[in-house]
Amino acid sequence: MPVGTSTAPKAYENSGVWSWLTTVDHKRIGILYLYTSLFFFIWGGMEAVILRAQLQGPNGQLVSAEMYNQLFTMHGTTMVFLAIMPLSASFFNFLIPLQIGARDVAFPRLNAFSYWVYLFGGIFITVPILFQLAPNGGWFGYTPLTTKAYSPGINIDFWVIGLQILGISSLAAAFNFITTIINLRAPGMTLMRMPMFTWMSFVVQFLVILAFPVITIALVFLLFDRFFGTNFYTVAQGADPLLWQHLFWIFGHPEVYILILPAFGLVSEVLPTFSKKPLFGYPVMVYSGILIGVLGFGVWAHHMFAVGMGPIADSFFALSTLLIGIPTGVKIFNWIATMAQGSIRFTSAMLFAIGLVAMFTIGGISGVMHASPPADLQQTDTYFVVAHFHYVLFGGSIMGIFAGIYHYYPKMFGRMMSEPLGKVHFWLNFIAMNLTFFPMHFSGMLGMPRRIYTYDGGQGWDTFNLISSLGAYMLVISTSIFVYNFFRSKKKGEIAGANPWEAGTLEWSIPSPVPEYNFAVLPNVTSRYPLWEGNEKDLASANMNAQEGKTSEELGIVLPYSTIKPFIVAAALVLMFCGLITTMAVTFLFAAIMVVALYAWLLSPLEPEHH
Amino acid sequence: MSAPAAHHYTSTGLDSRKIAIWAFIGSECMLFVSLISTYLIYKGKSLVGPFPHDPYTSATGQTFPPILDIPVTSGSTFVLLMSSLAMVLALAAVQNKDVPKHTRGERIIGSSKLWLWMTALLGATFLCFQAYEFTAFVNEGLTIRTNLFGSSFFTLTGFHGAHVTAGVIWLVSLLAIDYRRGLGPNDALNVDLAALYWHFVDVVWIVIFTLVYLIK
Repeated sequence: MPVGTSTAPKAYENSGVWSWLTTVDHKRIGILYLYTSLFFFIWGGMEAVILRAQLQGPNGQLVSAEMYNQLFTMHGTTMVFLAIMPLSASFFNFLIPLQIGARDVAFPRLNAFSYWVYLFGGIFITVPILFQLAPNGGWFGYTPLTTKAYSPGINIDFWVIGLQILGISSLAAAFNFITTIINLRAPGMTLMRMPMFTWMSFVVQFLVILAFPVITIALVFLLFDRFFGTNFYTVAQGADPLLWQHLFWIFGHPEVYILILPAFGLVSEVLPTFSKKPLFGYPVMVYSGILIGVLGFGVWAHHMFAVGMGPIADSFFALSTLLIGIPTGVKIFNWIATMAQGSIRFTSAMLFAIGLVAMFTIGGISGVMHASPPADLQQTDTYFVVAHFHYVLFGGSIMGIFAGIYHYYPKMFGRMMSEPLGKVHFWLNFIAMNLTFFPMHFSGMLGMPRRIYTYDGGQGWDTFNLISSLGAYMLVISTSIFVYNFFRSKKKGEIAGANPWEAGTLEWSIPSPVPEYNFAVLPNVTSRYPLWEGNEKDLASANMNAQEGKTSEELGIVLPYSTIKPFIVAAALVLMFCGLITTMAVTFLFAAIMVVALYAWLLSPLEPEHH
Repeated sequence: MSAPAAHHYTSTGLDSRKIAIWAFIGSECMLFVSLISTYLIYKGKSLVGPFPHDPYTSATGQTFPPILDIPVTSGSTFVLLMSSLAMVLALAAVQNKDVPKHTRGERIIGSSKLWLWMTALLGATFLCFQAYEFTAFVNEGLTIRTNLFGSSFFTLTGFHGAHVTAGVIWLVSLLAIDYRRGLGPNDALNVDLAALYWHFVDVVWIVIFTLVYLIK
């Protein structure tokens, strides 16, 4: 409900550049993640548009084969590691402490470190394309193509080192969020009362800490092969040609769930709010999320049916892959049951959430088709697969994240996004997405391979490719509307108030934008939707938080010091890695700076002493 | 090593750092599982010698004995195991810093400096063994580039050695604090974190020693 003030209250006294460089506030770090990852989302989208322009008709001449390789490699790498994962991280940062009733994450400075490593790592891996030196071996970087013998240039080095850097960021964040969720829940916030977004994020953090070390090692092997002449991927020395594929997909398949589960979580917040009903089958939603995470480690080789692993391995991975469809289907049905007989409000957030349910189902069904090795042999490496994973990643993850942005924008910035523009964005996005990706099922079935930079006419692919390209241009328009709405609403949006959507979870009990200290008094939680079914105790803390404009000093709340040290450590870390591709002297210099800054960080107190 | 945050409310009553180090150790398990699996997958797949457990004659007629020196490595394994014992005593000494000590024996057992030094020195001794082993292997014709065994062996044991090195630096940092202001029961958690890490690295070595050295 709008508050009677004419301007949105400011969350922070201090908003200069220095305050952003030194911030350890999870909400500000969340907003930094949001801006950065939206930038990379648009960047990766523009790469895709160039790809689509090239393929718009037969024998496209827009870019060279080499440039095309760099573009599709960077499109995948950017979208996975620099857009969707950090977009989710933006919500982890902003929402988890608010949803569980905490003042901040467990390690605020480590949190800042994660962000800066992500930013610098993102710049490191993105800039080379401006000099046509970008990685060109696909986002999966299969060996032996990516070994020195077949990719002698510097391109792959950027990819190997860049992913290592980004892995550090994700791992540091995951340790932080696991600890936060286990240890900083407010009194009464039992595990089975946690909002579904926090639950799904919790599962994702475990996937991160268990899957990322595997790709770290796979990349270390590749790095050693390329820099020191080891033989991990040298088939002539007896190396297993499938070692990389196994290691990569043991990471890569859990990564798929790292990308989608946060979006599932966001949608599980949006659907109940706009259906005015609690989430249907909450415990089953929790268990199915955990089951998806666990099974996600046992399905990796379905990416490798074409390599000839033999009938036993193929059967095992086909079965495990079919099995994972069950908990996923459970989620779909529970979302539908949540909406059933609810009083539904079709806001932009709700439309995107319903969009996820519908589009992810299509992607899920084509995924089940790939689970069958004979079918997969026909589909693998064709545009059919491209259609499949864009339905789950664009139709799923991105739609879910858009739902989350429309839903939580008021909480982040204190103002509402324009609903009419949001609806235009949704419908254009929805139509454009299907125009772009649905025809790919057909071009793929007609035999069009992935990753080709051009093709001859007359193979039955021309019309489908033209439609896909027109859809991609339409996506540019719909995304532009979103960007306009995003920035316009920051200035001109309607004042939001604490709970504009009349939602039920804890984060809506405190003012928008959220004051630095989050909760004036730590809430005492007695139910899953405290604002819907809460008792006096819950509401007491909510009322306390209604005292807007009070500073932490006035309330006697101790907050961590702002500090530049995580920024310095992150910058030195990334520059240290840069030394690997320039000169080792740089590595040693920045390693030394990093160690000094790290000690300075560890030996300085987090926050003022309590009195 | 930052100021303890024990005065904050936590859901479990545990300090957050304790939970984080367990998550970190879980993650490290996957790191070593990947390294060890690769070593095992490549076991016996090297096209040229030297080999770990078998003699090898090269095309030029040069002969190489089995390269792993199990007696020496048994010695270094013993050293690392003993360092874990010293680590336990160091933690106990920090926790019981305030308990009055009457006899000389109690004072020795209760000296956190002694046992931290002992742990760090035993760790450093293990690293010296490893440096000796690596040097000997290179002299015998096995480098990280020679064959699959060389690549996977040096990478696996090298990663472990790097972890021991990080542990020694951590211990020396704790020692520096002990000399500057003395470690007391309030610092027990910090020493506990180092100890958990140290024991983990030790356990990983037992797995590596068994799978790489003992099993042919």
